[in-house]
Amino acid sequence: MSQTATMAGSTPATAGTVVEARGPKPKPFFTPRKIIIYSVLVFFSLYYLFPLYVMVMTSLKTMPEIRFGNIFALPQAPTFDAWIKAWTSACTGLNCQGLSPGFWNSVKITIPSTIVSIFIAAVNGYALVNWRFRGSEIFFAILIFGSFIPYQVMLYPLVMITREMGIFGSLQAVILIHTVFGMPILTLLFRNYFASLPQELFKAARVDGAGFWRIFFEIMLPMSLPIFVVALILQVTGIWNDFLFGVVFAGTQNYPMTVQLNNIVNSVQGTPDYSVNMAATVLTGLVPLTVYFVSGKWFVRGVAAGAVKG
Amino acid sequence: MQHSVSIRDLSLNFGNVKVLEHLNLDIAQGEFIVLLGPSGCGKSTLLNCIAGLLDVSDGQIFISGKNVTWLEPKDRGIGMVFQSYALYPQMSVERNLSFGLRVAGMPKDEIERRVARAAEILQIQPLLNRKPANLSGGQRQRVAIGRALVRDVDVFLFDEPLSNLDAKLRSDLRVEIKRLHQRLKNTMIYVTHDQIEALTLADRIAIMKNGVIQQLADPHTIYNKPVNLYVAGFIGSPSMNFITGSVDGTTFTAADGTKIPVGAYDFAASPAGSLKAVLGVRPEHILLGDAAQGMPFKTTAEIEIVEPMGSETLAWTKVAGVPVTFRCSSDIPLAVGDKVTVGFDIARGSLFNAETENRL
Repeated sequence: MSQTATMAGSTPATAGTVVEARGPKPKPFFTPRKIIIYSVLVFFSLYYLFPLYVMVMTSLKTMPEIRFGNIFALPQAPTFDAWIKAWTSACTGLNCQGLSPGFWNSVKITIPSTIVSIFIAAVNGYALVNWRFRGSEIFFAILIFGSFIPYQVMLYPLVMITREMGIFGSLQAVILIHTVFGMPILTLLFRNYFASLPQELFKAARVDGAGFWRIFFEIMLPMSLPIFVVALILQVTGIWNDFLFGVVFAGTQNYPMTVQLNNIVNSVQGTPDYSVNMAATVLTGLVPLTVYFVSGKWFVRGVAAGAVKG
Repeated sequence: MQHSVSIRDLSLNFGNVKVLEHLNLDIAQGEFIVLLGPSGCGKSTLLNCIAGLLDVSDGQIFISGKNVTWLEPKDRGIGMVFQSYALYPQMSVERNLSFGLRVAGMPKDEIERRVARAAEILQIQPLLNRKPANLSGGQRQRVAIGRALVRDVDVFLFDEPLSNLDAKLRSDLRVEIKRLHQRLKNTMIYVTHDQIEALTLADRIAIMKNGVIQQLADPHTIYNKPVNLYVAGFIGSPSMNFITGSVDGTTFTAADGTKIPVGAYDFAASPAGSLKAVLGVRPEHILLGDAAQGMPFKTTAEIEIVEPMGSETLAWTKVAGVPVTFRCSSDIPLAVGDKVTVGFDIARGSLFNAETENRL
């Protein structure tokens, strides 16, 4: 009797003893499945991180050390000279003030474009879902169709339009263009989000007597923080990374950071200063990078939320 | 007499789909009307039309004698309670209750007075500073009712207000809504697919199917004298037993030849000659054993299935060749295979024309 009791209570150390299943199922850590998944993940993270590693390391080296050619090596004497030069005194075309003017130009373009486009798109999406008007579906279809037309096709007409408006080559022009081109995707995003909110809330607000703007500001907006964060991320990174519209519409004195970065890197005078180029590139990418790091979770959540309901 | 709500010849189409067709409904002051029907019958659509949340295709709506067909919801003198409560999630209970009043630009002290009164009636004073997320389902629905209450309206509209609650809470709140109606004496229009809610709450029930009101009557009439086969089958759980056959004078002959005397039946108009008909009898009107002996119709039947429900027992058997359920006291021992005598009085049953499906 006592013999069997001990047997039943013992662990599966001895071969041939069958342990009765009880409690949580044991999960061994090293299963073939996990090993494969983690190796693939590690491989691809390294693959994508290497360029960043090379850039940051190169930017901290001196030119003689770079010419030595060992791009994967750590810098022997790390120096931030290249960063300082990229920010304050590298030559972008004829100006030698570094990237800082470009940074501030990008800020001046990104902030108003983001705010204006998100606001208009939010109102669009809200109106399309809750205040159906005659032809609202067609309006929406045309808007979405707009996002499939390549930018290049519209470039020349837009140049003519902004010239006729007298704003070509100014901040207003580039802000206007960014706002217009942000409209299809942002409207879709907001429309889908508002469609996922309970319709009865809107009805209740109407019975309570609230009108178009009151419902928008007091009922819908406070519930829409997640989708605003998503829109913010999309717009900030998209507009910050834009090159084409900046170079075409902003005018030379308002070139955004991306255009100035190009001017530094593609400068044909003198010997190319790789450490400055690398530092300038990392500096330009810093804003979108920060946005992604800070808001990565929100971003995924928002995209998932926006994409599910059509 | 002036009607509280009067719907005249109302039609509503979504594209080619006719949701409501030439619907007429007059509701008296202080009446509790329940719109009952399966999903898709147009009952919620009708309520939304009354509320002004949907534009009608044709017809008119009058509330308190005023034509409100073209008026905004807020100007119609209605308050509405939704199935999903539809509380504004970012506002406290107090702000939820006062939102409509603030929109209307009412003075602060008047708002406070009305919110306090509504909170007192619904006993939600301790919840006033909470957000809807921190309330239980029952509390949320109370706040939603309160939102209609503070607006001091003539007509309350309820759109399946209890459907999201569990069974226990549902019956509690059902009683509370009834109490509220007795206290306020407002006109209430209540949409539900739950026949128990309809039977317990309503002064009159409007049973709807495919956008048409089938029968509008008090619960007793609806239950005992359904106007057609649809109403008869929809109301009652377990549903009415139907035996098809034909009626000739005072005799109903079932499909298998069983003859059932129907002389005691209260015909609306005596059918001339032989007529294909359906005989309906409710499970609780079928009596068993000694009680069945005195019935105008009785027969012997074999018990096929027994479902004990606690307070009573449901049993399945065959009468005139068709499956029939009957209810009896749970004290009566019944076993599968038992041969019992069952009987009923046609005066408590219903007869329908098999072709038109209308009551004879």
